[in-house]
Amino acid sequence: MSRSTRALTLVFVGVLTAGVVRAGAQAGQVHEGQYAQSDIIKGQSTYRGQCATCHGVFGNGVGGVDLRRGVFKTVRSDEDLKHIVSTGVGNGMPAFKFDPAEMNGIVAFIRAGFDLGGIAVKLGDPQRGRQLFAGKGSCANCHRVNGEGGKGGPDLSDVGSARTLGTIQGMIVDPATYLLPINRSVRAVTRDGKVITGRRMNEDSYWVQLIDDNEKLVSLEKAQLKEYKVLTSPKMPAFKDKLNTEEVADLVAYLASLKG
Amino acid sequence: MKFAVRRAAVVLLFALLLLPRVSAQVTFDRLLHAADEAKNWITYNGNYSSNRFSQLRQITPENVKFLEQKWVFQGNVMGNWEATPLVDNGIMYLTQRPNDIIALDAKSGRAFWMYRYNTPADQKACCGSNNRGVAILGNRVFMGTLDAHLVAVDAATGRQLWDTTVADYKLGYSITHAPLVIKDKILVGVGGGELGIRGFVAAYDAASGKEVWRFYTIPGPGEPGHETWKDDDWKTGGGPVWITGSYDPTLNLTYWGVGNPGPDWNPEQRHGDNLYSDSVIALDPDTGKLRWHFQFTPNDSYDYDSVQIPVLADMNWNGTPVKLILWANRNGFFYALDRETGRFLVGRPFVKVNWASGLDEKGRPIQTPPKPGEVVYPGNQGGTNWYPPSFSPRTGLFYFSIWDNYGTAYRREEAKYQPGRYFVGGTFTVAGPAPNAPGMPTLSRGPINNWTEAVGTGAVVAVDPKTGERKWTFEMTDVTDSGILTTASDLLFTGGREGYFQAVDARTGKLLWKSSLGGQIVAGPMTYEVDGKQYVATISGMNLVTFALRDDAPRTRTQ
Repeated sequence: MSRSTRALTLVFVGVLTAGVVRAGAQAGQVHEGQYAQSDIIKGQSTYRGQCATCHGVFGNGVGGVDLRRGVFKTVRSDEDLKHIVSTGVGNGMPAFKFDPAEMNGIVAFIRAGFDLGGIAVKLGDPQRGRQLFAGKGSCANCHRVNGEGGKGGPDLSDVGSARTLGTIQGMIVDPATYLLPINRSVRAVTRDGKVITGRRMNEDSYWVQLIDDNEKLVSLEKAQLKEYKVLTSPKMPAFKDKLNTEEVADLVAYLASLKG
Repeated sequence: MKFAVRRAAVVLLFALLLLPRVSAQVTFDRLLHAADEAKNWITYNGNYSSNRFSQLRQITPENVKFLEQKWVFQGNVMGNWEATPLVDNGIMYLTQRPNDIIALDAKSGRAFWMYRYNTPADQKACCGSNNRGVAILGNRVFMGTLDAHLVAVDAATGRQLWDTTVADYKLGYSITHAPLVIKDKILVGVGGGELGIRGFVAAYDAASGKEVWRFYTIPGPGEPGHETWKDDDWKTGGGPVWITGSYDPTLNLTYWGVGNPGPDWNPEQRHGDNLYSDSVIALDPDTGKLRWHFQFTPNDSYDYDSVQIPVLADMNWNGTPVKLILWANRNGFFYALDRETGRFLVGRPFVKVNWASGLDEKGRPIQTPPKPGEVVYPGNQGGTNWYPPSFSPRTGLFYFSIWDNYGTAYRREEAKYQPGRYFVGGTFTVAGPAPNAPGMPTLSRGPINNWTEAVGTGAVVAVDPKTGERKWTFEMTDVTDSGILTTASDLLFTGGREGYFQAVDARTGKLLWKSSLGGQIVAGPMTYEVDGKQYVATISGMNLVTFALRDDAPRTRTQ
């Protein structure tokens, strides 16, 4: 990981709003091992009692830190967050002795953006996430980051700015629900029987523009097609069962660090 | 798991090998032979000779009246766009001012992607937020920006690959022309001739965006030509380069037109010939070394930029084949030069000219400076300007847009250089018909032409390059800033300020077809073919409009 990428990861802005909650993805746990809504509620109560005196009701009471928006001085992963809460910071923040449920709650409340209906996304280690992206996850086969990787799927060089943490996590574990409609694969069969599959870049009543599976730009006139179908099951596999909770958290942390 | 991945990779490799070969990438070899690839238009000027002549001939003088509009791309940035789009295998790459690139399906006009480049609010370009187009090499599209950057974008996705700062926009530098690709390098020049810049052409590595060489159009101390400047005048000497150059692969020379010296209108502030302002320069594209130069207007007082497109043509000259460069200059003279050496062959005025009584045997003008307040012909915008001309090897004629009977009176002032501010050395007024009558044909106007023939008229002219003699004139009431396209069926397409897109017989100058597009046409028309159908396209105002023959049109062949 380059120095600048590392620096970027220190300041991720994950605004999680109720808008992230979409059909099929109920507030709370979207992935086994993630924070549950009950954690977020518990966290709110602990936060108000123990943290709000200094950090404020909106999480921005300490200079350079905005807990609600995910802006920290040094914290990256959830482990960092827990560590700082339990050890404190020099002459500033005292060390807190929380039991595991309280600690989980604090992290969940912060990661949900102080939103009880939000999704608390667990962030792991972005360096490990980067390795997963190129390696075990095979993400780079279809996705491009800063000029490297495939073009079949959308370029992810700035996904950390363009999407919320909840959406990024959702895309990984449950693409069938989270995939943007424009990114759904389509299958077209021309009158002479040629089958073209690809990802839509643009569409109107008469024409559709694709990048096909050979990464070539193709424009198709619908009247000239024998068959044209938007595939509801995404080409992208769901990683819910392919990656464990820690790995998903690492991958989310890496993607969140990509700011373009 | 590992085994499965490997097996999948092997299967994929086989699948790729079995796919029909697609000529997906624009290689340098394809650029060298762009003129033979009639269905595509892969450089700003159509090919390295920059003749804007297409081998396509489906649309002919006989069937041109069956043209119908196929699609329109409506831009959403106001102004009169100056771009010429590129088309490669049915994909069109168009720029929307100032610096957006849009990839369109050339058959339907529907977009694949759009790349947006944000220019800073405090950048200055003298003459509008213009961009004239992109260059393409491999799977990359290249664009110069108004704030003097050069960017590379992925041709399939529109994602930016690199962004290089060419010059400091805060000092008045800008890039408005389409880059020129030669081998593995991207060549660009800089605008800013009204802001006291020191112009240059530079080459960048296509893969990395790193600068490879830079040639200053105003030579510094110790360089040949520096003696044509006094004291420190060269530091703000101008010499902008804002129109795409040409390339002769057999001579391995690239030709670029250089703009006005600074300050524009006060030569008292820069005694000497002021090389290489108002010149054509021939550079080695590998090193940027100057091979030869020819100066059209030494110590210019009238803003006669030589930023015309260098048009290369091979012709017989008194029985011997000669490699020519054809040049209708803003100063009102047409020139033919030997492009191997820069030797002057022919020169002749093509509009009313009174700033010089003629050219000497070497092509140097015999200047006749005006008395204070006297009207100078051609006027400040020139007898012609940057508007793309065309040369048809079939007719042997050179075609360009002119402003005739248009003159300007100048008032000189001492200009003080302040970084990033205008540095022009005076003002000018256009010779008008009556006191306070509208009379300023500058860059654009509204829908009403209240300037009239009294301040000048426009035309497309056909000139015999061997003599400079005019063969025919296609007259317009208003002046014209349109480019010109000719085809192998001897059609000539052009626009104009009046917003008509017109097809003219290239042999006779007779109007054959027109369509009123409503917006000023300040761009170069171009042509391409997709799925066996020939299209012609032009920008009018902020819209790109394409035409092709109706399906029931008679298909004729012109031999």
